[in-house]
Amino acid sequence: MLLAVRDLTVALPIGGRLVPIVESVSFTLGAREILGIVGESGSGKSVTSLAIMGLIDVPGARISGSVRFRGRELVGLAPRAYRALRGREIAMIFQDPMTAFTPVYTVGRQIDEQIRAHQKISRSDARARTVRLLGDMGVPDPERVAGRYPHQLSGGLRQRAMIAMALSCNPALLIADEPTTALDVTVQAQILDLLRGLRRDYGSSVLLITHDMGVVAETCDRTLVLYSGLVAERGPTGALFAQPGHPYTAALLDSIPPLHGPRPARLPSIPGSPPAPAGRPAGCPFAPRCAYVHDSCAVRPPLVACGEQDVACVLPAEGRPLPPRFVAEMSA
Amino acid sequence: MTYRVGRGQVLRALDGVSLAVRPGEVLGLVGESGCGKSTLGRCLLRLVQPSGGRVVFDGTDITMLPERRLRPLRQDMQMVFQDSYAALNPRRRVGDLVAEPLRVHPAPSGGRRSRGEIAARLAELMDLVGLPQTALERYPHEFSGGQRQRINIARALALSPRLVVADEPVAALDVSIQAQIVNLFMDLRDRLGLTYVFVAHDLAVVRQISTRVAVMYLGAIVELGEADAVLHHPAHPYTAALIAAVPEPVVRTQGLPPPLRGDVPSPIAPPPGCRFHTRCPVVRERCRVDPPLLRALPDGRDVACHYPLVEERAGP
Amino acid sequence: MVMSVLRRLGQTLFVLFGISVLVFLVFFATPGADPTARIAGRNASPETMARVRVEYGFDRPLPVQYARMMEKLFVTRDLTSYVNRGQKVVPEILEAAPVTVSLVSGAALIWVVLSVAMGVTAAALRGGWVDRGLMMLGLVGISIPVFWLGQVVNLVTQSRYHDSWLFSWVPGLGYVPLTEDPLGWFRALALPWLTLAVLFVGIYSRVLRADLVAVQSEDFMRTARAKGLSPMRVLLVHGLRTSMITFVSLFGLDFAQLVGGGALLTEVVFGLQGVGRLTYQALSNLDLPLIMATVMYSAVFVVIANAVVDMLYLFLDPRVRDGR
Repeated sequence: MLLAVRDLTVALPIGGRLVPIVESVSFTLGAREILGIVGESGSGKSVTSLAIMGLIDVPGARISGSVRFRGRELVGLAPRAYRALRGREIAMIFQDPMTAFTPVYTVGRQIDEQIRAHQKISRSDARARTVRLLGDMGVPDPERVAGRYPHQLSGGLRQRAMIAMALSCNPALLIADEPTTALDVTVQAQILDLLRGLRRDYGSSVLLITHDMGVVAETCDRTLVLYSGLVAERGPTGALFAQPGHPYTAALLDSIPPLHGPRPARLPSIPGSPPAPAGRPAGCPFAPRCAYVHDSCAVRPPLVACGEQDVACVLPAEGRPLPPRFVAEMSA
Repeated sequence: MTYRVGRGQVLRALDGVSLAVRPGEVLGLVGESGCGKSTLGRCLLRLVQPSGGRVVFDGTDITMLPERRLRPLRQDMQMVFQDSYAALNPRRRVGDLVAEPLRVHPAPSGGRRSRGEIAARLAELMDLVGLPQTALERYPHEFSGGQRQRINIARALALSPRLVVADEPVAALDVSIQAQIVNLFMDLRDRLGLTYVFVAHDLAVVRQISTRVAVMYLGAIVELGEADAVLHHPAHPYTAALIAAVPEPVVRTQGLPPPLRGDVPSPIAPPPGCRFHTRCPVVRERCRVDPPLLRALPDGRDVACHYPLVEERAGP
Repeated sequence: MVMSVLRRLGQTLFVLFGISVLVFLVFFATPGADPTARIAGRNASPETMARVRVEYGFDRPLPVQYARMMEKLFVTRDLTSYVNRGQKVVPEILEAAPVTVSLVSGAALIWVVLSVAMGVTAAALRGGWVDRGLMMLGLVGISIPVFWLGQVVNLVTQSRYHDSWLFSWVPGLGYVPLTEDPLGWFRALALPWLTLAVLFVGIYSRVLRADLVAVQSEDFMRTARAKGLSPMRVLLVHGLRTSMITFVSLFGLDFAQLVGGGALLTEVVFGLQGVGRLTYQALSNLDLPLIMATVMYSAVFVVIANAVVDMLYLFLDPRVRDGR
């Protein structure tokens, strides 16, 4: 197992007390696998990824649980050892490639910098590798692009450069935090295509963080659904989308307007909005918005197996799992 | 519509766009960033001054109308923006924000509205957008994004406009909240007989709400027609590519279509001929030199393509 | 890049022209006041008045007066003070300028080096006692009035402890030209430099620390950390350069106003005959030609310094180069 996260809890100080933003999140990621972490804003998906990267530097933050990467425990790892890992074995790309590059240096220089931070290699050799990487990422005229400043490139090119930088040291794990959210839909399709190709060409595993169920469906082998800092459901993407086990997953999928088939007169929507971390209910966090809420939801449900998935809901155990999802046929 | 950018270059945000919004319809404007959909939406309300062409609202040419004569017409056309927080002054109560247009514009009878009239209208508006009456006494930051967008909608509706231009009103919202707001837009249209111009980049949202759709690319409309016709049987290769690129929450058994290549060219120097020819998967020689005009197809839609993807004989 | 530099130079010349017209109008075209009497000084004889009127062309139209004035300032350089009995004004300024420039440049070097060191150290050790200590020190530097600090320095080094081994190298008050005796120049200015720099070290280190802390939350700083760079490299290579923008614009303005006469108090305390002191004398004597000349001189410096700051922006931020 490349990455095994167990009971990861991240608590940040808010208003003088420690509030758990992410609670008891567990999942595993195998070699050459793409795992999607989906959730709405405030679900804790970005915090989870930053905790794995060791990039949570809020004073007073507390991280507990276990993150094992290639058998090595990362929670509590010494800063120097973490630094040697970051960028070399675990790399990360971010949502907005415009603000994620330092504006005052050329893109090539920033990629060279990462290569030279981890390997003893000459400037010109590093640049040669940068240009080759940019070319591999489908950047036209990579030599010229390497000499440009971030603001001089289009959004798609910037994100390709960002991915080139992340892959520059052949990391075993790539964490992509909303990598296509700032991009146009036709460019998004290109970048997702690129990410899917990485495991073939580079043997990388990818942890894809997104709010977009469509992106997950088209990209990920397995999926983890977060709601209000807790795992709602996890399992193989195909099974999870065909027969979601958690009412939240089902409702989330239903509320997406379909692009094909008949148009619903009204979109099935979820009433209300997710609780803030400090005001999370003691029982199931989704209970106040759930159509199936009943007495036993007052106790926080553990993850239980339901079909091919694990679901944090009492319904499967009570013998009345959700029905399979109706999916309109797509016109080819 | 042209903008001047640095060094004397001219950015043509919109280039010779013609379209009519029919009363009672929902016209969706879709396209990627830089296609001019937001600029077009603002031109309709004359929030930006077009550098050429005409905007006619309800028989009145408003293109050159002085601001003083435009003001009474502004009551009939309102706008809702993407960023629900930036659109609301954080230091003022929701009640004051929603009441502002009521205080600024005279009542239909001519005089100013009384306090009682305004209070009654505010109560009515809160019911309309699904907010509790207590919301009027609170400040914008106390609300979630979806509720703030409801406040913005209430403010836009205060003067009972006939036309509402909504610029990416749900783009910043989470999916579960987005569905609530899309439903609200649809309910309000049915109840109040509104006409919408709905600007969005999300094809699925546009399909859900629109009766007609205009697809834009680099400052021009490439396809315009009934929503179902355009989105189910696209005639323009760009429309088809756009639809194919939308990731859908369905696990497909067969492979995905190859994505469109390249980026949107810079609107400062759009390509000659058909603007889409640099990325078009079915480009032919003629497309590189001869810019196609928007023309009607037998099935009633307009398309700007020499070689549309649907049959040119009378449609089914 | 070359175009933007040239364009900036053109703007600079235009601004200078505007300032000269403005200064001229304020002094010589104020309604209800006869500039002749003001230039000739108090209780001037009718003959002097007549001579001044002809010399400055006060009987001719305003544009001619302006041209005459600029000619006297920049071409013939024979603008003469009547209050001070025929003293030529322009040479007087040219003599005072090197003193002020020496004083301010040295102080600037000290304050830039010290404040960058303090600001970076404080930001790197944010929240710790070193950070708090350095920022407290900066605040103390800001609160100490420069004339008081100068007097104390003089008291200690010139009289009480002058004979001790520590301060025996300090020469008497006054300026030694660099061209005559470089070591003497350095010795004479070392303490004035430090005294003048204290205030600015305080301000600049605090500004830089604040900017460095603010830049920490930028996305690109997170990227830099995700690349596995050391915290020092992240701070210096990625943070410092982007934080220098406020620093540089502050520096341009402060440097210019000091060279233009703002170092008056330091000059007075250390007996340096600089531009600030000259301006002060001109003001107390109501010596109109001298005031006019010093105002023009300092305007030139402020405008040139602004132009230099803009050029530095071009270097620091590639986005400015492309006109974004």
